[in-house]
Amino acid sequence: MFVEYRGAKSLKGNLLFFESVEGVGYGEKVTVRYGGRELYGRVAALGTGVTLIEMLGETHGIGVEDLRVRFSGEPFKIGVDLSMLGRAFDAFGDPVDGMGPCLAKRRVDIAGSAYNPANRLHPKEMIATGISVIDGLNTLIKGQKLPVFALSGVSTDELVAQIVRQIGSSSKKSAVVFAAIGIKHENADYLIKNIMAGGEYADTVLFMNMADEPSVNSLLLARSALTVAEYLAFEEGYDVVAVLYDMSNYCDALREVSAKREEIPSRKGYPGYMYSDLASIYERAGVLKGREGSLTQIPVLTMPDDDITHPIADLTGYITEGQIVLDRALHQSGVYPPINVLPSLSRLMNKGIDKVHQREANQLYSAYAKAKRAQMLASIVGEEEVSDIDRKYLEFAERFEREFVSQGAYEKREPAETMRIGWRLLSMLPASELTRLKPEDIAEHIDGAEEQNGAS
Amino acid sequence: MAYVTYISGPVVKVALEKEDVKLYELAYVGRDSLVAEVVEVSADEATLQVYENSEGMRLKEEVRFSGEMLGAYLGPGLLGRVFDGIQRPLEEMGERIGKGLSLYPLNRERVFRFRPGVERGSRLFAGEIFGEVDEFGLSHRLMLPPGMEGVVEYIAPEGEYRIEDEILRLENGFGMGMVQKMPLRTPRAFVRRESPKEPLLTGQRIIDFLFPIAKGGAASIPGGFGTGKTILQQTLAKWSDADVIIYVGCGERGNEMTEVLEEFPELNDPRSGKKLIERTVLIANTSDMPVSARGASILLGLTIAEYYRDMGYHTALMADSTSRWAEAMREISGRLNELPAEEGFPAYLASSIAAIYERAAIVETLGGGVGSVTIVGAVSPPGGDLSEPVTRNTRRYTNAFWALDRELASSRFFPAINYSQSYSAYAETLKEWWMKKDKEAPALREWMLSLLQEDSALQKIVKLLGSKALPEEQKLTVETAFIVKELFLQQNAFDEVDAYSSAERMVKMASVIKRLHELWVRCHKEQRIPVDVLKSQPVVAELLRLKFEIENGEAKKYDELAKKIVERYDTLAREYGG
Repeated sequence: MFVEYRGAKSLKGNLLFFESVEGVGYGEKVTVRYGGRELYGRVAALGTGVTLIEMLGETHGIGVEDLRVRFSGEPFKIGVDLSMLGRAFDAFGDPVDGMGPCLAKRRVDIAGSAYNPANRLHPKEMIATGISVIDGLNTLIKGQKLPVFALSGVSTDELVAQIVRQIGSSSKKSAVVFAAIGIKHENADYLIKNIMAGGEYADTVLFMNMADEPSVNSLLLARSALTVAEYLAFEEGYDVVAVLYDMSNYCDALREVSAKREEIPSRKGYPGYMYSDLASIYERAGVLKGREGSLTQIPVLTMPDDDITHPIADLTGYITEGQIVLDRALHQSGVYPPINVLPSLSRLMNKGIDKVHQREANQLYSAYAKAKRAQMLASIVGEEEVSDIDRKYLEFAERFEREFVSQGAYEKREPAETMRIGWRLLSMLPASELTRLKPEDIAEHIDGAEEQNGAS
Repeated sequence: MAYVTYISGPVVKVALEKEDVKLYELAYVGRDSLVAEVVEVSADEATLQVYENSEGMRLKEEVRFSGEMLGAYLGPGLLGRVFDGIQRPLEEMGERIGKGLSLYPLNRERVFRFRPGVERGSRLFAGEIFGEVDEFGLSHRLMLPPGMEGVVEYIAPEGEYRIEDEILRLENGFGMGMVQKMPLRTPRAFVRRESPKEPLLTGQRIIDFLFPIAKGGAASIPGGFGTGKTILQQTLAKWSDADVIIYVGCGERGNEMTEVLEEFPELNDPRSGKKLIERTVLIANTSDMPVSARGASILLGLTIAEYYRDMGYHTALMADSTSRWAEAMREISGRLNELPAEEGFPAYLASSIAAIYERAAIVETLGGGVGSVTIVGAVSPPGGDLSEPVTRNTRRYTNAFWALDRELASSRFFPAINYSQSYSAYAETLKEWWMKKDKEAPALREWMLSLLQEDSALQKIVKLLGSKALPEEQKLTVETAFIVKELFLQQNAFDEVDAYSSAERMVKMASVIKRLHELWVRCHKEQRIPVDVLKSQPVVAELLRLKFEIENGEAKKYDELAKKIVERYDTLAREYGG
């Protein structure tokens, strides 16, 4: 079956032009051998004369003469099994933790296939993260895909580790699949120590590919990790949280591969199909009819140059169900987690929380937005010149950031506590400003709150 | 036999032997019989775009040409269903979207009670209605397909039939059941276009009252991510007063379609009392489903909409999002090595967009009735940049433009329609309709728009210097505009009372606000009452809250409220005067 073929015509970057062999399928996995080296590759185009093979890995030092290709007859697959919990793997699903091979129950195509929307269940169960800004204002829902829009140099690792830790310890049969995509060795060390260490947290599967590996591996890694996550969620009934860290590395790898294929670029050199490609990753989250588990995704991406309109952040935002946006100014003023409330959003939150919570969140948002405008005004005309009501808002903004947004990296706040802080802060404002609340909310939560300020 | 000679993603080249292949002909490729469409032909080669994942396909696999264009099956049983971009019923497709599934879109076994509308010997013209069946309380009128005509030789008597049973035969030998197949790319024929003069009421105040859309019109909703495009589209699908709604999820999230599928069977249409799903056809080509079928999904939606239009119904098509459709076109174009124009989009982007939106119309149908197709397309501009090619070209072909605004959205102001950027060319044509509702309505609209306009100018000063810096008269404008925004423009899609506003309620609300403004102006002018005092009267807070309490049927309560407001300010004026 596994015959090796010769017939390389030419090499260009990591593209290999090969004489067409009968019976080869589009997208098939191949193994390229040259000298003592072995590389994986994938059939990227098939013509009657020439087959285009995309090689995954370093191609320098490879020549045409003695090159041999073995066609596998199948697409890229990865073995899945419960024994993968607690282990670490590379992009191809081979263990890298030195604990020997991992027996697989069966092998699954990593490309996955589209979920039938008629067979999904709309996510509606809240996941408590113990982080006020998320639980209170951008509630995470089981089966949601909620990315973190990070900034370089702003405590992202800490936040990601905290989220994973605190979610993990809150649900009975839960697992975390952590895909470290093209990350630096230092960050990898930190994350492994903080997520995988300690047995009290959820079971974890780690997939890792380092920044100095060939970038195409990143494209496979994300899919391998999600294939295992799907297996755990939908076949073994786990509530799985998949963290994809960092999707910016993924997108840059995609751009690199596209450029090598000489495709027509779209914005900033990224390929025109990046939206569809990202969708084939992010859409692999959800809750399915008749299946026990769920797959929640927390992709993390670093906004290049802090720019939220950059294609990576932009296209992600169009696919995912909201975003948690970090902010440099907050970080510099010592607020942790430095989450900027205004551009953050969880699209599914209304399904998972009650009406009162919805109105409170709405009111906090709108008050904070007004407070931000007041701050801008105060920075121009001076605090003395703003109206009384604006001054109240200034005070609100300060306390909101200090009391609601800020919390410790190991502090797990109960959702009820988060709500209480919210009501307390809202009670600083006169009732006539609280137009998003119903009279009964005000009667129950504001009038009773400790710091009644009255309608002045 | 034709066979595959080249494969690159969804683009497949085929060597032809003697086949007579036509452009846009439907073909089945390979062992899996993947659905494909011909996009280029020469004497001995054809290029196909495959509507399914081509992974695993090999060279020399066989290709069969169907001899017909990619088309839709139209007949009873479309309503309440969910299809993919090439009209396969998703409920029957299992957990994942498998390949090469050939599923008939309609239910062949279901029986409908047919009532004939013509007799033997009568002459039928194309598009003429010859009978009807009941579809969820809607009379599904059966029409002779376009291009056919003749004398009736046989018409089935009233009774129960399956959709493929022959119920009509003409003397020229043409016979049909209840189903007809129509190509997706050809607009259905009609007698003439009429000019739109009736609004498509959406129950959304900012739309219906300020930037309305007419039945048979086209509107676009551009907005960056997180600005509420989808919620607005779903809200429109829920409350629009059309007979049939086609909701096309084109390259968007799977969960959004699931949401519609779960929610619509629970909700009632406020007018007919039927379940919303019973007047809705869903077309889902989510972002992870094959890219090439995205283009087909919008065309399929239009073809179904036009079919119901020709029965004499008002239909509305919501497409979310047309940007994904355009991107699919860009991807295929790139793989065909076509010369790109702007941002990689093919040069025919504008004409393709026009071909979609020009299918919006209110027409006199071949059957003699009046029906309409209204199109509302969401656009997802990269980075929220409204000057990008898809938004710009969509703007050219849509007369209503509802621009969503990130700043409004992030202060949770929904619908986040930016009132200074948005416009509607239908406002003029619909004036008469509103006059009939209430002769004050057009004047109220103008007052509101000019107030908002003035406010936008003043807000620039407020932003720089604070509202303290404004003279009292201008403060009045700013405060009234605040009430307009809070009370009138903002509408909570999740609140039972507020989600839908009847036209009567809109007029009442607007007129109460105007009344209040006039009182303020008078009190201020005559008694010099400071604006801070005027605006902090408890009646104002009451007015703001009551929007969540006064229901559509109780619009009169606003009259009582208005009376209360007048009394309050009269008293206030007396106190100051005395």
